[in-house]
Amino acid sequence: MDKINRSLIMMGCPEVPVQMSLVLYLSNKLSKAGDDVTVAGTDAALKLLKVSDPDEHYFKKTMDIDQCIADIVEKKIDFDRCFAFMHSDAGMTYAATMSAISKAKMYAVVFGNNAEAVAETIDFPAEKIVAKAVHNPIPLKNKIDRVIA
Amino acid sequence: MSCIEQMKYKLYLERTSFKESRDYIEKNSDEVYYVEPGYKLFKDYYIIGVPPIALGVKSKELLFTYVKPCHGTFVMAIESAEEIQRLRDKEQEKVKASLKKTSKSMEATPASFQELWKK
Repeated sequence: MDKINRSLIMMGCPEVPVQMSLVLYLSNKLSKAGDDVTVAGTDAALKLLKVSDPDEHYFKKTMDIDQCIADIVEKKIDFDRCFAFMHSDAGMTYAATMSAISKAKMYAVVFGNNAEAVAETIDFPAEKIVAKAVHNPIPLKNKIDRVIA
Repeated sequence: MSCIEQMKYKLYLERTSFKESRDYIEKNSDEVYYVEPGYKLFKDYYIIGVPPIALGVKSKELLFTYVKPCHGTFVMAIESAEEIQRLRDKEQEKVKASLKKTSKSMEATPASFQELWKK
C-alpha cells in the first residue's frame, strides 16, 4: 500500500485575492491524489476558507497557524510536505520557522506584486513556486501543476 | 491569540521586516542571545522567525520579535526577570557544552609533527 502523505497548506495574510482560490485548488488536488491535507491560517484566512467552501468539498481539516506551530514544536503533530503561501516578509518568516521546526519537505508558494523580491529573501531549503499573481491565479496554478503533477 | 498580547508590553518597532527587527535588537540591547524558531517564551508563545533569532536584554526588559501574518514584525519588550534568567542559564549551559567539546578536540590535536608521525 502506498504511504499517505500528510500535507500542510499554510496560508499567509489573506489580502491578496489569488491565495484563497489557489489554496482550495491545491487542497482539492492533493486530496484527490490521496494526501491527508490540513489547511492552517489566521482566524480571518480560515473564515474566508470556510465561507468559500461551506460544505467542505475541497478541504477537510483546518488549524490555527500559531497552534499548528506550537503543536509541531511540542512534537504532537508533523507533516511530510508543507506548502507555505506567502506574499510578504511576514509570510516568509512563518515559512522559515516551519522549515526549522518541521521535518516536512518545504514548498514556498510566492505570489503578489513583490513575488520575486520576497522569493529572493528565502534562504532555507524549499522548492520555490513563484509568480507575480495578484488577481489572476492562472500563472501560479500552472506553476503548481508543473511541480505537483 | 498568544498570552503576550494580554501582558503589559512596550513596542520599540512596529510593522517592519524581520531582518530590521533583529538588527534593532542587536544594536539596542545590553545583552543579546540567540535562539531557534519555536523557543518558548512566557506561557504559550513559540517564537516565529528566521534563525538565528535574536533576543535582547535591556535593563529589566526582554526584547523580542513578534510576527503577525497581516501586520509584519514588531519589536516588543516585556519586563521579566524570570525569562531573562532562563536565557542566561541557557547560554551558560551552551558555553559549558562548547568548552567540553574544545577540550576534547585539543586532546586530539597533535602538538608536533613528531607526534603526528607516531600516529
